[in-house]
Amino acid sequence: MRLKLDKNGTHEKNPAFGYANIVIIVAFSLLFSRLGYLQIFKGEYFKNLSENNRIRIQEIAAPRGIIYDREGISLVDSFPSFDVSLFRQDVSDTRSLIPVLSRALSLSPERLQVKLDGAKGSLASHPLKLKANISREELAMVETRRLDLPGVMVDMVIRRNYPYENLAAHLIGYLGEISQEELEEEEFINHKIGYFIGKYGIEHKFELDLKGENGGRQIEVNALGRKVRVWGQVEPNPGNNLFLTLDIQLQKVAEEAMMGKKGALVAMDPQNGDILALVSKPDFDPNLFARGISPETWKRISENSSHPLQNRAIQGQYPPGSVYKIIPAIAGLEEKMITPETTFQCSGALPFGNRDYLCWKKEGHGRVNLRRAIVESCDVYFYNRGLRLGVDRIAKYAMGLGLGRVTGFPLGHEKAGLIPTSSWKMKRFGIPWQAGENLSIAIGQGFNLVTPLQVACTLSVLANGGKLYRPRIVQAIKAPHGETLKEFPPEDAKTLHISPETLEILREALWGVVNSPGGTGGRARIDGFDVAGKTGTAQVVQRREGRGELYPPEQQDHAWFVCFAPARQPQITVVALIEHGGHGGAVAAPVAKKVLENYYLRQKMKSPSPLQIALKPSAVGSEGR
Amino acid sequence: MNFDWTLLVTVVLIVVIGVVNIYSSTFPHTGNFKPLYLKQIYWLILGMVLMFSILSFDYRTLIRYAYPFFLFCLILLTLVMFLGRSSSGSQRWLQLGFFSFQPSELTKIALILALTRFFTEEDNPHGHGLRDLLVPFLIFIIPALLVFKQPDLGTVVLLVFIYVSILAFIGVHLRTWITLGVGCVALAPLLWHFLKAYQKTRLLTFLNPDLDPLKTGYHIIQSKIAIGSGTFFGKGFLQGTQSQLHFLPEQHTDFIFSVLAEEWGFMGSFILLFLILLLISRGLKIAYTSKDRAGAILAIGISAMIFWQSFINVGMVLGIVPVVGVPLPLLSYGGTSIVTSFIGIGILMNISMRRFMLSR
Repeated sequence: MRLKLDKNGTHEKNPAFGYANIVIIVAFSLLFSRLGYLQIFKGEYFKNLSENNRIRIQEIAAPRGIIYDREGISLVDSFPSFDVSLFRQDVSDTRSLIPVLSRALSLSPERLQVKLDGAKGSLASHPLKLKANISREELAMVETRRLDLPGVMVDMVIRRNYPYENLAAHLIGYLGEISQEELEEEEFINHKIGYFIGKYGIEHKFELDLKGENGGRQIEVNALGRKVRVWGQVEPNPGNNLFLTLDIQLQKVAEEAMMGKKGALVAMDPQNGDILALVSKPDFDPNLFARGISPETWKRISENSSHPLQNRAIQGQYPPGSVYKIIPAIAGLEEKMITPETTFQCSGALPFGNRDYLCWKKEGHGRVNLRRAIVESCDVYFYNRGLRLGVDRIAKYAMGLGLGRVTGFPLGHEKAGLIPTSSWKMKRFGIPWQAGENLSIAIGQGFNLVTPLQVACTLSVLANGGKLYRPRIVQAIKAPHGETLKEFPPEDAKTLHISPETLEILREALWGVVNSPGGTGGRARIDGFDVAGKTGTAQVVQRREGRGELYPPEQQDHAWFVCFAPARQPQITVVALIEHGGHGGAVAAPVAKKVLENYYLRQKMKSPSPLQIALKPSAVGSEGR
Repeated sequence: MNFDWTLLVTVVLIVVIGVVNIYSSTFPHTGNFKPLYLKQIYWLILGMVLMFSILSFDYRTLIRYAYPFFLFCLILLTLVMFLGRSSSGSQRWLQLGFFSFQPSELTKIALILALTRFFTEEDNPHGHGLRDLLVPFLIFIIPALLVFKQPDLGTVVLLVFIYVSILAFIGVHLRTWITLGVGCVALAPLLWHFLKAYQKTRLLTFLNPDLDPLKTGYHIIQSKIAIGSGTFFGKGFLQGTQSQLHFLPEQHTDFIFSVLAEEWGFMGSFILLFLILLLISRGLKIAYTSKDRAGAILAIGISAMIFWQSFINVGMVLGIVPVVGVPLPLLSYGGTSIVTSFIGIGILMNISMRRFMLSR
């Protein structure tokens, strides 16, 4: 039975019902007529199109941006490579292709099967890449067997090439095929399987600047796979170019000097933080990655026990050894706890607690002042320093000078090193700081850890008179037509308040290390180019008896040499570290010298000497007017 | 018993067609995962259970809890922003242990319930003016902005259409409509500014398909070829070359209608559209015969949701509506979408069943 309720006229008379009916009828009429138009009126046309559906998308890759060194030398280029792809829509049974393909491409049938299975569910109109960068022989095989290989296409792809191979590989980095995880990231929303993206170094960090934008064309092909017409085309946008601070010629010399060694070398312009050269050994050839690395090669490189992929200049944390003596020297002078004339007696060892703290020179240095202690790297002098200053005062200066924290290297992945303090030790180990440890840390042993790049920044503070720069590697990003898009000016991270007198004393002493008789860094001396430096020989294992060469290679000391030149107006800072190299003065100083020499010679060729200017008065005159 | 059997039979027919098409569009069912059509069946069962459980209590109880439920949805949407699982650039999913869930779908129901509650309490027989509409505007705009942020443009568009449909039903002054219209036009450039590049391209491509011939343009062309090539009788089950060769994008979700149209032709498409039309007209009828204003507004909201969603989706694959990404209710693959649709149907049945009962 129907029971009508009083609705107070709320919706029985509501005109909205009428409107709703009209909207719905109009909307569905639209849908029905469109459906009729597509399926009945144009049905045969679309049926034909679908039976021969040969609408394909061809991608036009954007040329990747170029990376230039500071002189405008291109560090990357490209080469044509041939890739083999399969259009699955053209093949009724992909399995029948496997035997022929396997022979032509020298891929195992199993691997081909895996590739084919993996592509199920992706759009059939998109080509499935079977093998990238095939050899000329493989290319010939595929081309001659064209008739047995329906749906198989060979396209030419422009690939990244690194003409300098291993040079600066850790800085420039490499490209690799995009991973499944990366494909899910928003940044790569327009990327597809098979794309190559920057995976390491500058190529990775500046991926979005370098990559440009791919174009493409939508084409209709006939049954033979030939293009019938183009439905649409989008031109690619080339990527932007990067201009580095790197000096590839200096880099080359540095790499040659480090050849066969393990370790790192950093060359920096102390006046602005520009990285001129950055070496990490052992290294790798980025071309192996850019061409599509095989799983075997990847395994060989990534599992290598000497870690060639690690950038030792920023990730290697080493005890600084005697290089660190610079810190207590500055701390002592700045805290006015000593004067340059304060002397200590060195008899080859300092008894403290219940043990003897040895100097590297068994017979002792006699009475030494600050300058001699630095020049001859007297350990006993600095043991005394350490005792007086104490760990926390030394740490204050070390951290102020940029140690124990990241330098802000633009490519990231940097290690911070470690500068111990008494509270740090309490927190970390729950044990109070022992007075004896003050001795060890003053000569750069104990808990201290630094990276070669940190040391280069710290030393540059002495060279430039008190400015701690953030290392700079990219100067500018420019559009393909040359317009500057972004500039990275030098960044003065911090201006330190160290008295000019202290800096002058240190600089003079460091000059002495290289140039005075008895100095430990004599092997870095260059006539005409005043080198100031400091050697370091960092113990890897605690030894009872001095320093010996009779230990196995992995227990040998790390060799350091840090320097800047010319001592008066420094233009270059060089830090060389050779893992398990032995004595800093004997092993690392000659390496740094090669770099300095090259820099000096090229500098001399570039800027005419005063003599040359004097010979050309007319040139000077005309410039003046 | 005043159970609406027509409605139930229509819904069952539609979901059966849906499962058959998901079966075809995801064929062959390889891999180690559970085939999608089976998963869809599980979701349908869950949906039906929810639908019938909604029948057990009066829909006015639902309206009574509209605001807490609305708040709950807002919290879920906020959680998605922070904890959501992102997939291809947008963050819409909330991972709940063994399954993931899209709060933006549920928000549609929450919006309808909240607006119903508001307009049952605040009746204005002379038509609502701007000032009366401030609160309902907030009820609409807050979830809409949260969904926009994900970004899920399709759901935002639906929220707008649901909101406008309910306003049209409760009655708003003509001058208020004009003010609202002018306001929207003024705000459009601002909204445009916040769209993602790919969303802009999609919208512009609709106006000019040559703009993006490689992606959206290609998808529309492929969808049109699929639908058109079905002709009158279709190519037959599992015989659609466009779908079996995976020419269609998202063919088990947003483009499921293309698969149906290719394999079952005009006949099949006509039957499905007719069933959807029947469903919507049942919804309107329920609104018309409901015993109170609350039931009417609620039924109008649900009908509007189903109508707009169907129209936008089918129009999109037919190439007469821009590609905004909206699933076809009851047919597209997707658990949250299925559950939401069934909740809606359950509410409709509930209103229909209680149309002769005396209040209180």
